[in-house]
This record gives sequence, structure tokens and C-alpha cells, in this order.
Amino acid sequence: MSPEPERLLEVSGVVKRFGGFHALDGLSFHVSPGEILGLVGPNGSGKTTAINVISGLYAPDAGSVSFLRSPVGGMASHKLVHLGINRTFQVPKPFMSLTVKQNVEVAHTYGNASDKALPMADLLERFHLAEVANRPASDLTNVQQKTLDLVRALATQPKLLLLDELAAGLNPTELDWIAGEIKTLAQSGLAIIVVEHLMGFIEQITDRVIVMNAGKEIFEGTLAVAVTVPEVVEVFLGGEHAA
Amino acid sequence: MPDTLRHYLIIAVPLLIVMAVLPSVYSNHLLLFNFVIFFILAQGVNIIYGFTGYLPFGYVGFFGAGAYGFAIMVMHLNAPAPLAVLVGGAVAVVLGLILTPLLRLAGAYFSIANLAAALAVLHLVANPALEQITKGPYGVALNGTFNPTMAYAGGILILALTLGIVVYLKNSSFGLALQAVREDSFSASMSGVNVVKMRTVAWLASALVAGLAGGVFAWYVSVFYPDNVFSADFSIFAIVFALFGGVATISGPLIGVIILYGIYNLIGFTTPQYFQLIYGLLIMALVLFLPAGLVSLATRRGWYVP
Repeated sequence: MSPEPERLLEVSGVVKRFGGFHALDGLSFHVSPGEILGLVGPNGSGKTTAINVISGLYAPDAGSVSFLRSPVGGMASHKLVHLGINRTFQVPKPFMSLTVKQNVEVAHTYGNASDKALPMADLLERFHLAEVANRPASDLTNVQQKTLDLVRALATQPKLLLLDELAAGLNPTELDWIAGEIKTLAQSGLAIIVVEHLMGFIEQITDRVIVMNAGKEIFEGTLAVAVTVPEVVEVFLGGEHAA
Repeated sequence: MPDTLRHYLIIAVPLLIVMAVLPSVYSNHLLLFNFVIFFILAQGVNIIYGFTGYLPFGYVGFFGAGAYGFAIMVMHLNAPAPLAVLVGGAVAVVLGLILTPLLRLAGAYFSIANLAAALAVLHLVANPALEQITKGPYGVALNGTFNPTMAYAGGILILALTLGIVVYLKNSSFGLALQAVREDSFSASMSGVNVVKMRTVAWLASALVAGLAGGVFAWYVSVFYPDNVFSADFSIFAIVFALFGGVATISGPLIGVIILYGIYNLIGFTTPQYFQLIYGLLIMALVLFLPAGLVSLATRRGWYVP
């Protein structure tokens, strides 16, 4: 058996409260370089909150987040970016009045987490944004804005990429294409956490999934095994299907 | 950076030369001086609103603080006027630092809090209990430094500084990052931009130019009351001029000042009875048809406007 791969991100016992509501209630998981980890669970189970805590939008109320073995819980987002964490947003958030090129330029100038050179033109070409490079981001379609979010994140050369429902709203061709791109990124050593509702997509790309319910992980393993676990089936479909 | 140089050569330098030469051919120097002041203030609003999205309804607070910084230096320390102008700028920067927590507010909440802050500074300065220091509501008379020619030259220098800042913002990655912060602060921080630091720098730069403008204004007029230098007209005019021309450009606020302040003086002299009507209609038409300013006539066609 091969030795346990190095852990890039380690989340342990993280709690995030909003008033009396525990959005995260002791969440623990880890992810290794080159791995694609799926984060699945019903609406409100805390997937996006987990992404928001890891990317520095919220500070955890308890528990710890460590990246490259140093604690990063509650650190400001721009510092996490410099360490090599980046993300996309469920609703894409480009800089609307700036051109596509300027959008990527900001991230490349201010957020670069690596000293390797990154040819921006290739990146735009690869994600089909080269032909709209000089248009304002507000002119783009929703799918183009999603890919721009992804390209902006990649322009910082992250080690860990958090994708929050990147696949929602894509057509089957685009899904296949983006799935291929995500796998290629992982093969280059990038760790990727995918939050997604499309189970086919999750099955296609992830090595492992964490099933969440009520702010905690209730299962860790492959999706194929997850669907045989009564507790998992119960949270997705309701109690009567679990028998 | 050739763009930067081009912007200096086609906008900043010609404007500075014209404003420097005009007093020798046109006799209403006060009017020219006011143009210089509004060029500075409109660009100051451009720095904070155009590039970071904070609309400063209380922008005059920095201007008044600069004017009183100047006055106090001259009255109590007999400071030479140029030094007192610099202190006026410094006082405005200190006021800006004190007010940085306001940047936590967004949209209208920021504008209202900023307006309240400017009023608070006015009433502090105009407080009769501080008569020993500020002369309270009774106003100051600085006869010792009265020198309109030198004050006008100082105004030109401050305008040059202000234009330099705006040209830099328009052409640098720093300015691009500020605009990113304006568009979406969380996306900006995920692009590695230190949002708080960026906003603070822009805020203080904007405070500095208004404070210097206030100092040089005090030098020029030499007799004024708190209500003069803290008049809401300064904030409103600077904002309207900047918006009318179009913010986040170098030329927009300048065009706004030339056209609107020009019209303001033109109607003010010729048909003052229609002034407010015409002015009001003009501003309404702008808000309705060109909310992004005059420059949007060009930018919406895809033309680049410096």
C-alpha cells in the first residue's frame, strides 16, 4: 500500500454559526494535491459555507483550518490567495465594467501565488475567452462569466481551487469540456474541491466525496459507495427510501 | 508607459498651461481661481468615487479642514503660506484617517455618514468655545499672507499633483485594482488585492488634494467664515461636475467643470433669475439620459476615453 499522500488542506471540527443557526457544526475533512474532492449534500447542508470559511470570507467560530500545515482559519482572503487558495462563485462575480483581459490581469498582478510564468493569452484561449478579451465582463453570457471566474482564479496559480457549482447551467457539451479541463488541472497537481448538485458530473470527475448534512460530514468515500449507505440516501431522498 | 505620457501631454499639460496663462489675458482672477479649485475637487471626487465607488457627500469636510489648518498655522504660528498649505493637506489626511471606519459602510450609508462627519467638523470649528483657536463662528482674517498671485500659482501646482494622481490611477495596475474593488470587493480580495489598504490609500489621496485645495483657497481669499469653507455647495458641485463629465476617466471631471461651472457663471451673470431652473433641468436631463456622464456618449460606442 502506498504511503498516505501529503495533506494540502485539513479542516477539523469547524463550526460556523449565524445567530443561533449552526451552518457548520464540527465539519472535518482533508484534501491532497492532485485530488478532486466532491462536496455534496442537500440544500442548506453547509457546502457553500464550508467554501466561504476556507476562502476567508468567514472566520470559523471553532475548529481549525490548516493549509500546507499552517493554521489559516480566519486569515484575510487576499493572504490566502497568496498562499495558493482560490475559488469561483456560485453566482459568478466578475468585475463587470472591466474588460475580460483586465479582470484576469488584476488577479495575475496582485494574486500570483507562484513564481512560475503564466502565459495569459494561452489561458484565455484555452477557456474560449480570447475572442471576447477586450469586451467588458458585463457583455458576457452567464457561462462565459463562470469560465471567467475560473480563469481569474487560475491566473493566481493556486494550489487549491474551490469550485462552487461551476457546472450548474452548463449544457452537456460544455459540461464534458469543463470536466476534462478540471481533470487536466488536477493532473498538474492542483487540489480541487467541487461543490455540485449534478451527481453525474460529480461521478465523472471526483476521486472521493464528502457527503454533508446539517453542517457535518456524514460520509467519506467514493460516490458509488455513498449511494449504498442508508444514512446518505435518507438525507437526499427522505426516510422511506432508506430501507 | 507610453499611455501615461500621452495622457500627460494631451490632457494634463495643456490644461495646466492654459490655466497658468489665462490670468494675464482675463481679468476676473477670482473666477479663474474658482475653476482651478473645482478642477481639483472634481478630480478628488473622481479618485474616491470614480475609482472606488464611495460617493462622498461630505467631501467639503476635507476642504474646510485644509482651510482651517492653513488659518491656524498662519494665525498662531506665523507660518509662511506655502508651509501652511501643506499643513492644510496634512490636516485633511489626518481627518481622513480618523474617518477610515466609514469605509466599512456601503452606498448611501457611507454618503450619509460622510455628510454627518463634515457637519461635525464644521460645528467643531465654528464652536464659540474654541474661539481662541479657530475664531469660532466669527471667521478668520489672514491679512499677513494675502497674496492672490502666489496663491493662484499654488493652486496650479496642486492641480498638477491631482492630475498626476488621476493619470497614474487611470494607467496603473493599482488603479485597475481599485476599480476591481469598486466592482466587487470580495472578488477583488480573491484576486489577491488587499481591499482595505487600497480603499484607504485612495480615500487619503482624495482627502489630501481637497485639504491642499482648502489651504490654497484660504490663502487666496484670506477672509472667511466656517460656513464659507464648509459650504455643502463645494461637495455638491464637485460631485455633480465629476458625474456630469464621467468618472473613472481623466477628462470626464475636467469636461464637467468646464461645461457646468462655465454655464453656472454664464447664466449667473446674464440671467440669474433663470439660473436655478436651467441648472436643475440640465442636471435632471443628465441623470435621465446620461447616467454615466458625457464621456459615455463615446464609451458606449466602444471608443476609449482617457
